[in-house]
Amino acid sequence: MFQLFKFNGGVKPPGNKAQSVGQPSATAPLPARLVVPLHQNIGGTPRPVVKAGDRVLKGQLIGEADGWISAAVHAPTSGMVRDIGAYVQPHPSGLSAVSVVIEPDGREEWIERQPVDYRNLPTDAVQTAIRQAGIVGLGGAAFPTHGKTTPAKGVPMEELIINGGECEPYITCDDILMREQGEGIVRGTAIIRDLMQPKKVLIGIEDNKPEAIAAMRAAVAACGENFDVVAVPALYPAGSAKQLTRMLTGKEVPVGKRSTDIGTQCFNVGTVYAVWRALALGEPLIDRMITVTGNVEHPRNWRAPIGMPIADLLALGGPKADTDGVILGGPMMGFVAPDLTVSTVKATNCLIARSRTLFPPAPPEMPCIRCGECARACPQDLQPFEMYWFSRARNFGKTQEYHIFDCIECGCCSFVCPSRIPLVQYFRFAKSEIWAREGDKKAANSAKERFEYKKAREEREKAEKAEKLAKAAAAQAAKKAAEAAATGDSLPVTTPTADDAEAAKKAAIAAAMERAKAQRAAVQPRNTDALNADQQHAIDAVEARRLQAGLETPAADNENPSS
Amino acid sequence: MTLSSPYVLKETSVTWVMTQVCLALLPGIAVYTWVIGPAILIQLALASLAALAGEAAMLKIRGKPLNLFLTDGSALLTGWLIALTFPPLSPWWLIVVGTLFAIVVAKQLYGGLGQNPFNPAMIAFAASIVSFPALMSQWPSQDMHLGLVEHLRIVFGLSPHLDSLTAATPLDALKTGLKLGEEAGASVAGLLANAQTFGHVGGRGWEWITLAYLIGGLWLCLRRIITWHVPASFLAAVVVLSGALWLYDPREFANPLFHLFSGGVMLGAFFIATDPVTCASTPRGKLIFGAGCGLLAYVIRVFGGYPDGVAFAVLFLNICAPLISLLTQPPVFGAKGRN
Repeated sequence: MFQLFKFNGGVKPPGNKAQSVGQPSATAPLPARLVVPLHQNIGGTPRPVVKAGDRVLKGQLIGEADGWISAAVHAPTSGMVRDIGAYVQPHPSGLSAVSVVIEPDGREEWIERQPVDYRNLPTDAVQTAIRQAGIVGLGGAAFPTHGKTTPAKGVPMEELIINGGECEPYITCDDILMREQGEGIVRGTAIIRDLMQPKKVLIGIEDNKPEAIAAMRAAVAACGENFDVVAVPALYPAGSAKQLTRMLTGKEVPVGKRSTDIGTQCFNVGTVYAVWRALALGEPLIDRMITVTGNVEHPRNWRAPIGMPIADLLALGGPKADTDGVILGGPMMGFVAPDLTVSTVKATNCLIARSRTLFPPAPPEMPCIRCGECARACPQDLQPFEMYWFSRARNFGKTQEYHIFDCIECGCCSFVCPSRIPLVQYFRFAKSEIWAREGDKKAANSAKERFEYKKAREEREKAEKAEKLAKAAAAQAAKKAAEAAATGDSLPVTTPTADDAEAAKKAAIAAAMERAKAQRAAVQPRNTDALNADQQHAIDAVEARRLQAGLETPAADNENPSS
Repeated sequence: MTLSSPYVLKETSVTWVMTQVCLALLPGIAVYTWVIGPAILIQLALASLAALAGEAAMLKIRGKPLNLFLTDGSALLTGWLIALTFPPLSPWWLIVVGTLFAIVVAKQLYGGLGQNPFNPAMIAFAASIVSFPALMSQWPSQDMHLGLVEHLRIVFGLSPHLDSLTAATPLDALKTGLKLGEEAGASVAGLLANAQTFGHVGGRGWEWITLAYLIGGLWLCLRRIITWHVPASFLAAVVVLSGALWLYDPREFANPLFHLFSGGVMLGAFFIATDPVTCASTPRGKLIFGAGCGLLAYVIRVFGGYPDGVAFAVLFLNICAPLISLLTQPPVFGAKGRN
């Protein structure tokens, strides 16, 4: 019997998973156009390597990773690039980002697929291959996968954990993938195992997915591996990497550290499957399993190309008449799509058609009665109601003392709150305020640094110049005296007095400064002359902020930097 | 629509929580009515009305939505707890004044639901026992079996409140008995043998009421409306302290069972000290909070000037609750093994 550990807290929301696993997954038909955002991962933004009017093949690179923590982006099908421009993103902010619009030609013409001989390649070559295949964490975080495959220095890798928890209600994409592609998952796991050399490999699956557990056990046996397929109790958020690691190993990732620091690492089942496809078949990450469920006639899992507009994907499920929006992700941590034109990305795992019946509006918020239900439900052992009081009071320092940045926004606290306080919303607000303030502070600090550096440099230059001039003046005076002596003047030689030297120096400096000023004025028209209204407005705003930050007084403006 | 996730919520509300607590009081109220008489029902009705009226008036003045807050059940619960701690035959205005003081001053003036630092019901009790000590110590004698009509007449001042109707509470009787009998060598055992005042384990009749509170309280624990920490440490503290002194001198000090089943210990441990608003918030903090209540209640009850000490003990620990919570913060996930 495998020994399981517990984490504190957790909740049991209704699963609503059965609806979408009633039938096998299907491949979504190609939409009229695909909008593939370039920045789909945590880390750098891939650079576009195609331009409008180019023909691309299925699997062709369209965005190149711009750093180590970045992931390439590929064309999900063959067709024409119609546009590269800003499109609304599937993100709660509703902001736009650079995307590649591809009009499929329906021919599904592949690039030349080249499997990677991962068994005989050095680790970094395999990691580079994974990076070039554009693989990111498909559980939702979208962290570039190759970046997680290096064990911490000096810490032996104990357990490699494959996360088939899928604790969020409604979502079944991992469930169906495990049922249908168990071998691919196991082979992908073996690739990561070879990279990281852990002592054990554990595949954790919530016990509400008996079919997936059976399928994975069969797949492990079929591949001749010795991975442990472990059923963990269905308790949201058991599928969160930290909580799953705790359940399977009893170890907690220390605050501010990485899981490799305690000799563990965790990958989603969809991610390792994508790794296997990339290396064994040479197919980069261009599609993924997405659950379409909720207020639809035919809930189901679809293998959909990345960049598919969610309106098209939703239409496959047949949304009912009273559908009034789409939740991307699960109901506990997902968000409402800002717009139905946004397209799926690598991190999109589920579309839930929303209706007032399925997701009734929250009852009115009552005052907190400190009942502590939230603290008992919190899987991170936080005191949400304390953070709530301080978030509400905008006392952000205190929220940090209560560890607001350890909050994983799982939603357990809001779920159980009898006062119906949207606690997580308050925490998101507090976190973004803290980030904004930190950003402001950094900007102010660097402005101050720049100003001080400039001041110091100007002073140094002035001193150097003065010294040079003084030396020159002294040399001239000495020369004069020598000349006088040479002409046979019998008068006692008067060496140039300090007064003379000083006066000469001052005069020289003044003259030099005058010249420099005139030169500057003549050569360089000030860029603050002839401003348009907008620019003047922007400058005024900057000045006001500077004043507010107490950086300088308006009088200390560029006119007299040395004063 | 909900602004951000989670979009699903558990079926719960403040009203539901308060209703559960009120339900858990029903066994106690039933036994109370059976043992002492229907007067308690009159007091419950008066307290409920006063609580809701006071709450409504204050909400109106403060410009808060009446419907939302009147139905949250918190004022009703406060009223019920006040009724259960006041002498049942006291005049109608006493409980009305006490309840209004609790709702208007102790709750609403501090900002209403969730904002009060002190337990409103205990403020009502403490304010009344300080202001009207004589009225607050007139407990009905259990040998007078009067009906609802007589009780109504007494409560509304239509019949004289006869001294013969009242008796000291068991705790009071024991304390006074020990004091008076100091020279005569009265012992606890001798005093407890008086079957008119004392029953099997606690005060006569009262032991059944407190037992019913215990059952209601355990039900609350099982349903996870309250956690076990406060009641457990409260009762444990009473048992430990009373047990130690009882072992030291059984002639001077009553046994732990007597203390558990007399006075306000059961009601206090399960229904009053557990008030989340005024209690410590962390598990360890709750243990300290409960133990503090138990120790102080015993000390005031046995060595202090008042017959029982639960109200003052709870109020005193209410003051300490924020500090206790602050000092007992549990480590966050991933901070346990931190060097």
